[in-house]
Amino acid sequence: MFDQFDPADDKMLQVIDNNGKVIDKERMPQLSDDELLKLYRDMLFVRTLDFMIVSYQRQGRVYTYPPNYGQEAIGVAAGAVMRHDDWLVPAFRELGAYLAKGVTMKEIFMFNMGFEDGMRFTEANHVLPFSVPIASQLLHAAGIGYAVKYQKKDEVTIAFVGDGGTSEGDFHEALNFAGVWKVPVIFVVQNNQYAISVPVKMQTASLNMAIKSKAYGIQGLKVDGNDIFAMVAAFRYAHEYARREQQAVLIEAVTYRKGAHTTSDDPTKYRTTEEEKEWDRKDPLRRMKLFLEKKKLWSDAEEERITEEYKKEIDRQFMETEQSVKYPLEDAFRYMYAEMPQDLRDQQIEHEKFLQWKNGRK
Amino acid sequence: MKAMNIVNAINDALDIKLKEDKNIVVYGEDAGFEGGVFRVTEGLQKKYGAERVFDSPLAESGIAGTAVGMAVAGLRPVIEMQFCGFIYPAFNQIISHITRYHNRSRGRYRMPIVIRLPYGGGINALEHHSESMEAIFAHIPGLKVVVPSTPHDAKGLLISAIESDDPVLFLEPKRIYRAIKQEVSEEKFSVPIGKAKVLSQGTDVTVVAYGAMIREVQKAMVMAKEAGYSVELIDLRTIYPLDKETITASVKKTGRIIFVGEEPRSFGVGSEIMALANEEAFLHLEAPPKRVAAFDVIVPYPRGEHHYMITPEKIFYEIERTVKF
Ligand SMILES: Cc1ncc(C[n+]2csc(CCOP(=O)(O)OP(=O)(O)O)c2C)c(N)n1
Ligand SMILES: [Mg+2]
Repeated sequence: MFDQFDPADDKMLQVIDNNGKVIDKERMPQLSDDELLKLYRDMLFVRTLDFMIVSYQRQGRVYTYPPNYGQEAIGVAAGAVMRHDDWLVPAFRELGAYLAKGVTMKEIFMFNMGFEDGMRFTEANHVLPFSVPIASQLLHAAGIGYAVKYQKKDEVTIAFVGDGGTSEGDFHEALNFAGVWKVPVIFVVQNNQYAISVPVKMQTASLNMAIKSKAYGIQGLKVDGNDIFAMVAAFRYAHEYARREQQAVLIEAVTYRKGAHTTSDDPTKYRTTEEEKEWDRKDPLRRMKLFLEKKKLWSDAEEERITEEYKKEIDRQFMETEQSVKYPLEDAFRYMYAEMPQDLRDQQIEHEKFLQWKNGRK
Repeated sequence: MKAMNIVNAINDALDIKLKEDKNIVVYGEDAGFEGGVFRVTEGLQKKYGAERVFDSPLAESGIAGTAVGMAVAGLRPVIEMQFCGFIYPAFNQIISHITRYHNRSRGRYRMPIVIRLPYGGGINALEHHSESMEAIFAHIPGLKVVVPSTPHDAKGLLISAIESDDPVLFLEPKRIYRAIKQEVSEEKFSVPIGKAKVLSQGTDVTVVAYGAMIREVQKAMVMAKEAGYSVELIDLRTIYPLDKETITASVKKTGRIIFVGEEPRSFGVGSEIMALANEEAFLHLEAPPKRVAAFDVIVPYPRGEHHYMITPEKIFYEIERTVKF
């Protein structure tokens, strides 16, 4: 596969076209009808959840949120391929992968409601916390890859970053380390064309993102990130390769951030509606839906029914989360150290004295 | 005169200097076309062209490191770090080069670089968007660190910073970016680096603060006045070089000093002010110098931030304890 899709030729792996027609039968992943439906439902769930969180944000019930809208196929495909012991190293726009790995919706809500507790990921195995400092997490992935190789464990790491993130030194240091030490890590660049307002052509003069792999002596693959089948095929192949060869891979998933950068951003300031419309045709859910409809596996009625179901469940869990969360003073202190220094304890006690005084005045 | 908030005032200072000096370039993440995520550089690319006001790649070390080269070759870069929490990839360039080049080249190469840095909490932001780590930077030999609390001072201090032949870290209290409007002269003027300002005269206690904390102290002063305490408020405006004279003269007069800051308390700017009071006015002190600053913890996520932020009540509480000591 890597030979046939040499990033130097700017080739892109694509399995279905914009009308849901299979254009690369050979690379169409083997999937049962149930598996097909699960992939679609997972994307639909992510999209519904994403829309709901944005609306909660508008109602002032959560803080700033980075929408996944338009990029659902990438996280969902990663989630479909990852095993229980594989490591997920997130950026912050991969909802489908978190959910597949066992991060709960309530944790995601809690995080967005402004509680660190949302990053406990209690039921998830091998999922790192979200990473706000762009690209810094990629080095952690390289380190995990080194450790599992050293420990002779059969675990693959999938790490995410955005197109903007490829400009950070950490991106290059991570790929370089991974290349030198041949670690089983899949680095995924979600190339959604923008880093906030900055278009990808202002980030790099490279032909594409995948070609950067060449500089580090690892394999690279440019994939249509809005084509769920191409993403599954790419992840399956890269996963198998990383395990078997104990080698790193760079996957560029070409996509488009249909929403705002975050809920505080206004994309109309820096991009045109024509451009947005063009990408609408490439929408990952639309394309898979057209595919499923041709196979008579899906209908609008089914979509409507299930979306309503999802919405109800999401809202129910959201309200439960809202009612259960609290943030006592001690939570600001207790996780700072494994062994809390006395001085920090004293700071809390001193503050409690102030609070007593304050409450006494009222 | 024109009504300006801090964002307008900084934009105005950049505008004046870009017009006046062809060697000035302005860049950072989203700083060009969009005018920055806080819209501080809005309109400047349109006016001065994409060669002078531009979007850098997403790389803070790259932003700071290229500024060194530009400065060596005769430009005067004004660079933007998008948020306080994201300056750290650039820390290497700041501590290893920007603050050393002049000394290393024995004065041959100057570093007329301004690093603009929105900082501070109280804006309900995600992790890494609310820190107040100015002490780390003030600790670096070779750097000047300034922080305005009003639109007037923002404009005047930024003009001084851009005109300085030394590197200046220009902290922008983002919590009050748009909170205060003030009549500011549209003409060019400057506020000197290294000069604090006595905002209110008082006799019982000196309070030293800066940035967004000034407003919180002023709210506490209303409570203090009701309780009969006379507070002298000093807006530091420059953290380094510290205006020792103004602070010392005030402490000698009031005999008491409180520092108010949103930084973690230990080893901070406040610690330096306390040391100064002890070293320069020890025999005048009638109460222990006091720091009212944040806990030594990571700024909590929005729902816990109220535990962390310094409130007017807390400031009043410490004023009362200090005066009654
Ligand atoms: C080190 C660092 N610098 C700056 C930021 C501010 N910031 C947050 S997201 C972002 C753009 C990221 O773009 P990209 O990597 O393409 O990811 P996307 O948001 O498009 O998913 C920036 C500049 C940050 N979080 N971390
Ligand atoms: Mg992007």
